[in-house]
Amino acid sequence: MTYLVAHSGRVAALLGQHVVLVAVSLAIALTIALPLGALAARRPRAGTIILGLAGVLYTIPSLALLALLVTVLGLGPVTAVVALVVYAQMVLIRGVVAGLRGVDPALVDAARGLGLTTRQTLLRVEFPAALPIVLGGVRVAAVTLVALATVAAWINAGGLGVLLFEGILTQNDDKIIAGALAAAALAIVADLALRAGERAVRR
Amino acid sequence: MKAPDHAPGARVEFRAVSVRYGEAAAAAVTDVDLTIAAGTFAVLLGPSGCGKSTLLRTINRLVEPTSGTVLIDGVDVRERELTSLRRGIGYAIQAVGLFPHYSVARNIAVVPGLLGWERARIDARVDELLALMRLEPSRYRDRLPRELSGGEAQRVGVARALAAEPRVLLMDEPFAAVDAIVRASLQDEIARVHSELRTTIVFVTHDVDEALRLADRVVVMNAGRVVQEAAPAELLAGPADDFVRSLVGVDAETRQLTLERPLIER
Repeated sequence: MTYLVAHSGRVAALLGQHVVLVAVSLAIALTIALPLGALAARRPRAGTIILGLAGVLYTIPSLALLALLVTVLGLGPVTAVVALVVYAQMVLIRGVVAGLRGVDPALVDAARGLGLTTRQTLLRVEFPAALPIVLGGVRVAAVTLVALATVAAWINAGGLGVLLFEGILTQNDDKIIAGALAAAALAIVADLALRAGERAVRR
Repeated sequence: MKAPDHAPGARVEFRAVSVRYGEAAAAAVTDVDLTIAAGTFAVLLGPSGCGKSTLLRTINRLVEPTSGTVLIDGVDVRERELTSLRRGIGYAIQAVGLFPHYSVARNIAVVPGLLGWERARIDARVDELLALMRLEPSRYRDRLPRELSGGEAQRVGVARALAAEPRVLLMDEPFAAVDAIVRASLQDEIARVHSELRTTIVFVTHDVDEALRLADRVVVMNAGRVVQEAAPAELLAGPADDFVRSLVGVDAETRQLTLERPLIER
């Protein structure tokens, strides 16, 4: 704990980088997963392909994926964000598909019968009704990304992983503990905050 | 009540309408020729699976006929732009389908909103409709659907269907999910609304008593075909075949007596 107390400023700065890495990745991942999930929910054949592909990407070991991406994109936070976006897809798309498939068919029938376009039905009726389940996916993705983002330090992308890697190299257990505690705390806070969000939309 | 301030109902015609789902399955609707005169309260009556809902849904093109034509006031519904057609037709269903995250007022305002009505006109219309459905506007306007009873939700569903002053109102077993007492009061309400507005109503039910109670014309369907189209009294006095006879049942004479007692002013 001594490192955490003595260098609280540095830990806070790395924590800040970590939050930005996760938040940016999650936001980009969601803008990809929402349309893909909507497509997968509507077209079973496309759904099989999309979910299969996301599943395959999810099984690639994170270090392997990062190494692969570095050869194309070089070192730095951009590469880390790309990797995190890829990892988040599977959980997010699954959440979107499950949420949309769970929408009461009567709602969709009423919306279409009243004269909403397909797009209006999706945006005004289906997504809001699916929101609690979609948010569940976002929560799981957020917690996963907090953990995964520690590896980003390995490719000079910053974040709390910096403490872990430095600690391992210099055999400084205190540094490792500081990094691990901060990452765990962030994961718990993200989980609690998004749970509260789910409850709020479920009401 | 003041006189209706919008166009009365439209005429709905089916010309040789057949609907077949998929390839091998039997037709859901077979060769229906039927005219529903403007302002009529028409009830499609028959057992489940007889094609009555399918026939109803061809009017707002939620189902497209495999062959044949559906016309509203002589215009083929396929010639109309889909969303504009549907916005001009009221639609109320058994499950109601109120949008759960919208207040009662916002639910009722959906179609006027899509049609680009001004805010003040929409607000006035919402209150007018709540009052029409005997829901005190100040008490119900801001409620969410989950704060309504089944009967109240269906009243809001009907208000939403009527919001943009449609000339045709489609109702698919709208009162089947509520208990008998609530159903009776909803029936009274829709009969009163019809006599005030003279909107053409096409109403699907499997409940013979409901059909006889509400209809100007009862359209009896069986296995995808229209087997008889008649006023309630004619139906009871002269069932077209054994199916209709068994449907209106041995109680036909009792039902005829009930019909002679006017339940509602028409």
